[in-house]
Amino acid sequence: MIELQDVYQVYNEGGTHALNGISLKIDDGEFVFVVGPSGSGKSTIIKLLSAELRPTQGRVHVNGFEIENIPHKDIPYLRRTIGVVYQDFRLIDNKTVYENVAFVMRAVGAPQRIIKKRVPYVLELVGLKNKSRRFPHQLSGGEQQRVAIARALVNNPDVIIADEPTGNLDPARSVELMTLLEKINGLGTTVLVVTHERELVNQLEKRVVAIERGVVISDRTGGYYLDEEK
Amino acid sequence: MKRSSSRPDWGYFIKEGLTGIKMHGLMSFAAVTVIAACLLIIAIFGLVAYNIGVLIDGLASQNEIAVFVDENLSREEAQALQQSLESVPNVESVTFVPKEEAFDIYLEMLGEDAYIMEDLREDNPLRDEYRIVMKDVALHDETVEALKEVVGIAAANSEKEISDKLMQMQRIVNAVSYTLVALLGAVSIFIISNTVRLAMFARREEISIMKMVGATDGFIRIPFIVEGMTLGLMAGLVAFFAQWGVYDYITEKLVESSGIFSTVAFSEIWSMLLPIMLASGIVIGILGSVLTIRKFLRV
Repeated sequence: MIELQDVYQVYNEGGTHALNGISLKIDDGEFVFVVGPSGSGKSTIIKLLSAELRPTQGRVHVNGFEIENIPHKDIPYLRRTIGVVYQDFRLIDNKTVYENVAFVMRAVGAPQRIIKKRVPYVLELVGLKNKSRRFPHQLSGGEQQRVAIARALVNNPDVIIADEPTGNLDPARSVELMTLLEKINGLGTTVLVVTHERELVNQLEKRVVAIERGVVISDRTGGYYLDEEK
Repeated sequence: MKRSSSRPDWGYFIKEGLTGIKMHGLMSFAAVTVIAACLLIIAIFGLVAYNIGVLIDGLASQNEIAVFVDENLSREEAQALQQSLESVPNVESVTFVPKEEAFDIYLEMLGEDAYIMEDLREDNPLRDEYRIVMKDVALHDETVEALKEVVGIAAANSEKEISDKLMQMQRIVNAVSYTLVALLGAVSIFIISNTVRLAMFARREEISIMKMVGATDGFIRIPFIVEGMTLGLMAGLVAFFAQWGVYDYITEKLVESSGIFSTVAFSEIWSMLLPIMLASGIVIGILGSVLTIRKFLRV
């Protein structure tokens, strides 16, 4: 479960207020879009959830961890409950698809025996079983993003956070990706998608949280995009 | 809520560490060479100090003093001194060595070059002497003074002066050695730290992903520590073998040219030297990598 209570985030440089008393609660198993113009505080929220930042004020609870006073040594264990997917994929160029996914399992100390079972399963889930020996540059953008999703998924996190996952994809690939995320959500993983893509958001009947100037300005289920009300 | 990680996979850590070394083969080679050179220089000074120490110990354990009889005394008068010398405090035993015998000993010491002195046999420039063994070496100086007081004794000689000079030399060599350890040690650590920095920079993307998926700092660090440690270990090994060659060469030349110096054979010290060299390499490697990693991993 993710919960932000009256959270403020002030960056030191020039006292920029990224978040201004935002409150938000996401239950286990939900599929949520977070939308908003650039500079609205979306990226700050992701950084708070993964404890790259600590809130200046307020409470941030993620899967039982209290980010406002999480000890440094606990941060890795928090991050194991979250899988993050980035707009630019962030794959390692000199590792194959299989290795890109397997290495994050190794990074959390999974035994080889389990890795050998789990990686093919996850690659099949994202539809890349046949391309496990390819290198990232041999794949299309959509395929690369699916590798990134497999990687986020492989350690069996409670939440998948996708940061502008379709930013580098064409519309058809974007729809495919959303379908994949829905499928993952169907298997019980909470999915949080931060995006600009109004078409996509409007197509899927999901909960949409709109943020502007560091506060929630709208939170409802169904097609919604910020610009439409203006 | 907290998911414990399973036991560490050392095979993985070692493989990753060695991959790093291979990835920057030339840099690793350069690092090992320079650090080996540093260790070699330190070790050479260390062994010089060690040899001087052994010499001093050898001299200190010799509790023999030679006193020389005034050449104006007749043989009988000279031999009569025996009793007076025996009555000096701290004297254990007194042995008379006539100057003819002393000359023979001297010739023997010269070895092949003895013929130069052979002509002097008729006109022996040496004095009759007594070899005196002390009871307590600690009372050396007082005993020498007391022996000089005996009428008919012209001079007293002991290895004490040589020993004092050697100790002075040892202090200097020690000071140089410590300075070198500090200086070259710092250089070596800096080199390891730079090599590991390069390795970490090359894998920064991997590191940031590992951090994002919840790898512990320890897990991320260990391969780089393995890398630094291996480089240090290799340098230690290279330095050991280089030291072997250099030491044998120098001692051979020294003994050959002077004939006086006795040095400790390498076969007697290698078992002490090897672990020291390897341990120094490992310590340098660990310190160097830890220094870099601490800076790099703060996220």
